[in-house]
Amino acid sequence: MIEFKNVYKNYGQNRALKGISFKAESGDILGFLGPNGAGKSTALNILTGYLSATSGEAYVDGVSIFENPVEAKKNIGFLPELPPLYPDMKVGEYLGFVYDLKGCKLPKKQHIKEICEVVQISDVYGRLIKNLSKGYKQRVGIAQALIGNPKVLVFDEPTVGLDPKQIIEIRNLVKELGKEHTIIFSSHILPEIQQICSRVVVINEGVIVADESIESLAEAVEGPRRLIAKICGPEAEVLKILRALPAIKSADAIGKVDSDSISYLIESDERIDARKPLFAALAAKGYPLIGLEGVEMSLEDVFVRLTSKRDQRRRGR
Amino acid sequence: MFAIYKRELKGYFISPIGYLFTANFLAISGLLFSICTLQRQSQSSVGDYFEYLIYAFAVLLPLLTMKSLSEERKTKSEQLLMTSPVSVGGMVMGKYLAALTVFAAVLLCNSLNFLLLETYGDPNVALLASNLICLFFIGALFLAIGIFFSSLTEDPLVSAITSMDVIFVMLAVSFLSDISVKWLAKVVDWISILARYEPFTYGILDITSIIYYVSIAALFLFLTVRVYERRRWA
Repeated sequence: MIEFKNVYKNYGQNRALKGISFKAESGDILGFLGPNGAGKSTALNILTGYLSATSGEAYVDGVSIFENPVEAKKNIGFLPELPPLYPDMKVGEYLGFVYDLKGCKLPKKQHIKEICEVVQISDVYGRLIKNLSKGYKQRVGIAQALIGNPKVLVFDEPTVGLDPKQIIEIRNLVKELGKEHTIIFSSHILPEIQQICSRVVVINEGVIVADESIESLAEAVEGPRRLIAKICGPEAEVLKILRALPAIKSADAIGKVDSDSISYLIESDERIDARKPLFAALAAKGYPLIGLEGVEMSLEDVFVRLTSKRDQRRRGR
Repeated sequence: MFAIYKRELKGYFISPIGYLFTANFLAISGLLFSICTLQRQSQSSVGDYFEYLIYAFAVLLPLLTMKSLSEERKTKSEQLLMTSPVSVGGMVMGKYLAALTVFAAVLLCNSLNFLLLETYGDPNVALLASNLICLFFIGALFLAIGIFFSSLTEDPLVSAITSMDVIFVMLAVSFLSDISVKWLAKVVDWISILARYEPFTYGILDITSIIYYVSIAALFLFLTVRVYERRRWA
């Protein structure tokens, strides 16, 4: 459905994409994961025909976006990072304009009405776009991508800047749309990709670090569980108790919380939940545990793990 | 292209820009008409009116095109146009033709002034018609220049001022037409808009001048498309 072959993109002297290749099959929800500035938006802008590549090939449903852009674009609905809206238009007018722009053949009123129902914007149909909340603007942006019922939907960080309730709504909507469309969903948030996507392409500094199923990603990111515990009591004593626990692999003090309590970074094995024995041991010695939180793996950690896992696989061949 | 044309045309009258342009155009043109014809009575000169109107175009028409592409770039809404199944040429032509339609409609309204001449005098209709046709093509050229500069910047004001400067230069070079340096006189003659306007002041519909205006307008529209293509590859 979508194919990127050895695509390079230079901005002057700066090389934004360094020969990336990936595929998305029909029905995939492909996560495009990477930190800000990794090259995600550049790749998506090339895929949708907004930018040209310095070299390489890109196909949408077998049609080259470089050789036959008008035809290839007919199969793509794109929501860029900033929704491409006209604030001075009403929602209905805007969607009508996009319908005309894409040269749709479906029955106009019915098609737009159906899309408004799917993305739940029927109640703001007659309102000016500039008066809508950010969440609604994002939904209108998704609605314009859906016009013409394209086979491929490309969403570039659609949840950025939304409040938690709106984020959940947009994620659910994308999952729902994934039942009928091939979707590329870019994000720099790992749990978001894990929640929505069936496959993931991880990109960093213009290079694809991993191209995995979501299960493989989960496997790769599973490692030692890390906790930050805030404990009252003398540092040496507390460390002695922590290090004596079989469930704990390592424990280190990382800073003072206040005059009588200290923060500790605790690592345990991936399959062991150290929280219960930790609590019991501290309670038995009379050192109060005043705070305990899990530490999520950073994207950098994920990249390191994925690359080392890839290298291990190569060595095994 | 038609969808972009329709939206753009509507856009002129959703925002105040279309109304302001129409009001200012008709006010300035009415004033010039009054000064050059009605107030001069027997000394009245329609030729002067048309020539002054060309200078007024140099200020007014860039105001019509200043937001055409710069605003799209600023708000990133151009991403919708560039990723939809419309060619860059279609996008540029849609924008251009919308501005041209507004200009043509206002120019036509403005022609109602000539009914006054018809009522109180005996004007040369052929002369008026040829001048009007020429003004339309000069306006079409100025709009193409405006569209081009609108594609180069995100700031509508920069786009308007640059377009005005370039148009003024193209008008002002006609003052150098008597220069003794032959090759320079030739260059001046080549880029002078007013030199090609002269036949129309005698009531002659000069096709070569029209072709010149259309060609230069087409050149600027082509350059606009190239600006987009180049940015895509940059």
